[in-house]
Amino acid sequence: MSREISYAEAIREAMDIALSEDDRTILMGEDIGVYGGAFQVTGDLIDTYGPDRVMDTPISELGGAGVAVGAAMTGLRPIFEFQFSDFAALAMEQIVNQAAKLRFMLGGAVSIPLVMRFPAGSGTGAAAQHSQSLEAWLAHVPGLKVLQPTTPYDAKGLLLAAIDDPDPVMIFEHKLLYKMKGEVPEGRYTVPIGKAAVRREGHDVTIVATSIMVHKALEAAKTLADSGINAEVIDLRCIRPIDRETVLGSVRKTGRLVCVYEAVKTLGIGAEISAMVAESDAFDYLDAPIVRLGGADCPIPYNPDLEKAAVPQVPDIITAVRDLVEGRR
Amino acid sequence: MSDANDPWAIRNLTPETLRESLRKMYLIRKFEEGAEDSYTRGLIHGTMHLSIGQEASAVGACVGLSDSDKITSTHRGHGHCVAKGADMGRMFAEFFGKETGYCRGRGGSMHIADVEKGNLGANGIVGGGLPIAVGAALSAKRLNTGAVTVCFFGDGANNEGAFHEALNIASVWKLPVVFFCENNHYGMSTSTERSTAVKQIADRAAGYSMPGVTVDGNDFSAVAEVMATATERAKAGNGPSLIESMTYRWRGHSKSDRNRYRTKEEIADWMDRDPIPRMAEMLIAHGIMDAQGVAEMESDADQTIAQAIEFAASSPAPNLADLTRDVYTRPLI
Repeated sequence: MSREISYAEAIREAMDIALSEDDRTILMGEDIGVYGGAFQVTGDLIDTYGPDRVMDTPISELGGAGVAVGAAMTGLRPIFEFQFSDFAALAMEQIVNQAAKLRFMLGGAVSIPLVMRFPAGSGTGAAAQHSQSLEAWLAHVPGLKVLQPTTPYDAKGLLLAAIDDPDPVMIFEHKLLYKMKGEVPEGRYTVPIGKAAVRREGHDVTIVATSIMVHKALEAAKTLADSGINAEVIDLRCIRPIDRETVLGSVRKTGRLVCVYEAVKTLGIGAEISAMVAESDAFDYLDAPIVRLGGADCPIPYNPDLEKAAVPQVPDIITAVRDLVEGRR
Repeated sequence: MSDANDPWAIRNLTPETLRESLRKMYLIRKFEEGAEDSYTRGLIHGTMHLSIGQEASAVGACVGLSDSDKITSTHRGHGHCVAKGADMGRMFAEFFGKETGYCRGRGGSMHIADVEKGNLGANGIVGGGLPIAVGAALSAKRLNTGAVTVCFFGDGANNEGAFHEALNIASVWKLPVVFFCENNHYGMSTSTERSTAVKQIADRAAGYSMPGVTVDGNDFSAVAEVMATATERAKAGNGPSLIESMTYRWRGHSKSDRNRYRTKEEIADWMDRDPIPRMAEMLIAHGIMDAQGVAEMESDADQTIAQAIEFAASSPAPNLADLTRDVYTRPLI
């Protein structure tokens, strides 16, 4: 049975399934118990599983993350919620130096089956320290896998895949998507980690987008179609590993590439996708330069108009694609 | 026959355990000397942090542990690894960067681990193992294994934020963990007097509502005694303890150390307090061993180390094609 539920509910349902299936699964995070989480993602799970499995941690991101790493190393399956992705900065030691490297440093003697969830992104008026998109930081670290689900269906299926995965998986959830509704099947299913989704087929231009920018790209594509430009929209879903074949195949078909992401443009995922295309045979199929649309080189500002101006918006995508297809780049 | 005035270890540990403990102290000393010599001869690259002088601390902390009990270790972790029961050959093979090493040559001195014996690994980050130990204790509590986790760290780590967060969480959740601080008086070159606001690191336990004890870390019996109390408390569900073991490293911090921050007299004074003869004399005084037995034990340790180095030197190197093998458990798509 499939029915419409929100992105946040879909995540909660995945955690509910994991908690009910395996006693070793625990949730950890700040105010995820009776409070239900800052974004009400864990909700009332504490009522079913109790405070020993839905564990409120002190406000100790480094300590809490490290406890999750140690627990994962010794038999538990922790799902750790950061209250905001920005707070990952407080825990980078345990994520980058420990979780990502322990298996390798120990010659394969251990696995770290750890899931970390990061509410990310701007658009909530929370300003510079509660609005960042830091996924590329973690995607730069071998040993981690990094996901950015964009639909309720994927939010549930990718989270269950992450929980099943023997290695640390970092999931960046855009805060503006939590209330978005979509079709989600009941019960267990997984979405494979490392597979992009073609959200819209087209032949004039490939738009590779992540997170909330997938929805903005789809909106832009609709408008562009009215003027005869057919954009293919790829939802990357996972930025480590990257689904190389889906991206390259699409660029070979369309001959044009636009990357759209909310994180700061400089040194971001768009640079990686662009280089990947430039280094491959798909480069020979390009009819125009590659375009990157990303966040401005500044922290996320508080003023709502400035906040919008700091990240790509639908009109920016429309203009960029039109200019590209019509030969003005 | 022992009486109430005998050291705790004589009264509470079997002669076999006492002899085995002295044997491990010799193995640590000889291991460190063998590692240093191998480095000098160019057989080992990188760096290393030797624990010569701290043997009673490592062995006293681990003597009451079983293989199901866990430890987390530090960059100065060779002694902990030996104390927890590691094989000398596989340890040396790791130093030599060989496929037969504990980490298949990927970790080296600073990441040496022996997971089957409960050693979750040394750590190159000061304080890195503190929250991880608390996580291992959380697993033990949730999975009802009855195991305790001993978290080794140095005096330097007590000024890291991870120390505060880990001790607080462990206390709030009453987890079966013992925080074992080896206070060797210097974080690299900076003395505890210059770095730490409290006189004794054990005083910090009060801030986390747990017992804090300072012990002579060169006295095997004293260390084993305070550890017995702390592990008993942990296993009874009463939560963590903080032990501060006062000791000293004879060698420099690492291979680059010129020893400009401490005096020759200070080093000589601590060398006079060598924990190994002290332990041997205790065993001889109580009839557990005789002088000849001790001498044989020392030369057996020399032989074990020589064989271990031979094993390491003749072991195969990792295959270059396996460079990225253990980054992930399953190959990426």
